[in-house]
Amino acid sequence: MKKATRIFARIFVWTMLVLMYAPILVLMVFSFTEADTIGVWNGFSFGLYPQLFQDEELVTVVLNTILVALASAAVSTVLGTMGAIGIHYSRRRMKAALEGVSQIPVMNAEIVTALSLTVLFVYFGIQFNFITLLIGHVVLTLPFVVLSINPKLQQMDPNIYEAALDLGARPSHALRRIILPQIMPGIFSGFLLSVTLSLDDYIITAFTRDTSFSTLSTYVYGATAKGALPPTLRALTTVIFVFALVLLIVINIRSHRKKEAAR
Amino acid sequence: MSKIKFTRKWLALPYALFMILFVVIPLFLILAYAFTDAEGNFTFNNLLTFFGNGSSINTILVSFIIGVANTVICLLIGYPVAYFLAHRDMKMPAVMMLLFIMPMWINFVLRTAASRDLLFWIGINGGEYPYLATMIGMVYNYLPFVILPLYTTMTKLDYSQIEAASDLGARPRQTFTKVILPMTAPGIVSAATMVFMPTMSSFVISDVMGERKLSLIGNSIQLYFDQGLWHMGSIVAVVMLLLIAIGMFATKNVQKEDDVRGTML
Repeated sequence: MKKATRIFARIFVWTMLVLMYAPILVLMVFSFTEADTIGVWNGFSFGLYPQLFQDEELVTVVLNTILVALASAAVSTVLGTMGAIGIHYSRRRMKAALEGVSQIPVMNAEIVTALSLTVLFVYFGIQFNFITLLIGHVVLTLPFVVLSINPKLQQMDPNIYEAALDLGARPSHALRRIILPQIMPGIFSGFLLSVTLSLDDYIITAFTRDTSFSTLSTYVYGATAKGALPPTLRALTTVIFVFALVLLIVINIRSHRKKEAAR
Repeated sequence: MSKIKFTRKWLALPYALFMILFVVIPLFLILAYAFTDAEGNFTFNNLLTFFGNGSSINTILVSFIIGVANTVICLLIGYPVAYFLAHRDMKMPAVMMLLFIMPMWINFVLRTAASRDLLFWIGINGGEYPYLATMIGMVYNYLPFVILPLYTTMTKLDYSQIEAASDLGARPRQTFTKVILPMTAPGIVSAATMVFMPTMSSFVISDVMGERKLSLIGNSIQLYFDQGLWHMGSIVAVVMLLLIAIGMFATKNVQKEDDVRGTML
């Protein structure tokens, strides 16, 4: 009986995993044939890969996506780190107010956030451009930076900072040398989380961009209106997947090593 | 001493200004737009126009049904997966968990379009079966958001209580309904909140999977946005905000897992 449940459990979990990967794997398999749609096999070929890199529009789109993600993550990380430290040392009422405001974009529906920003820009007569898009992505990612730094600040021993001051360090110096190193893991994961949220975003991008500026999300969305995905996107999916897999393995090996070293 | 506290506290100033300018003020603007006309006069017309339109009621109903269905299906699939992963029925549960999150690294629109093309290939055409295709797309997208909080709750389960229940003569079904289910309630609630509201307000999945043949609350906001009808879009957004507020109020006394998006990495 026990063994039967265990076999059922394995079959169930693996079936779900296969289903989760099916759409991506199918795209990856058909990235090695030059057919118009998936399901048609025109013989094995690497042809889509050079085509991907020669497709100037798609390359621009990918670069735009990365640019927005890195720029917004950088802004969010700086603002969010300062914000998290400031909130941590604020008086109770101010702290509660700021923490409440931080929760709004997390709880709110993304489309409401997006529309509210659009209305703001329209109301003040601001043209949609790269800056409005950047602001949109910062709104999306900033609370998550604060949320990932917060636990680190709470775990910190407040006495070390005081000790540094007693030993004659200026507050700004102590901030840089004592507080920042201790919350660095939180800052780092906040940055990474920002990048992934920004890369994945469609709604805020669609509402706050200048329509001549496309990211991967808006490009693919536009393509779906015309029918099946363009073949070069299959090659791109494979590239993204392999990149993510390598990154994931590297990050996990590193954190594993750190845990080993800490032992 | 007081001077030092002063400097650190004021680090939050740029953050606070940013949040007020780009989060708080826009929400008040939405509220103002929802109840004014193009000339800026106060009016209930937007509200009346929205609710006077039969298709709006239809949209809310369809959103609600798809939201409930998606939540239930995701829980029915996600609960056993999380349970099996957490209780050593599987080798290397942490790696398995990562495998479930990994597809989220592919761009959301690309992933959704990929599943649409796959369904099309096996004969489920979104144009012919918009509801079926949308449901599959929803479950495909939200399943990881269910598995993660449930998995977190289940790894914290006190296994000795489950053993005690069966030692004291509880049948497996009783153990499940009287012991395991109540202990995993926080995970279930946070999983449900991670799925239900976002489903109702989403529009990309229903657009792509259902070939734009089906309208959720998110779709109607997007439609008004496309037409530049900010006042009408705002009233729908206010309705959505109200629904979110009701949802938060209904679950405010329930213990929940932390937001799982932070643990995605």
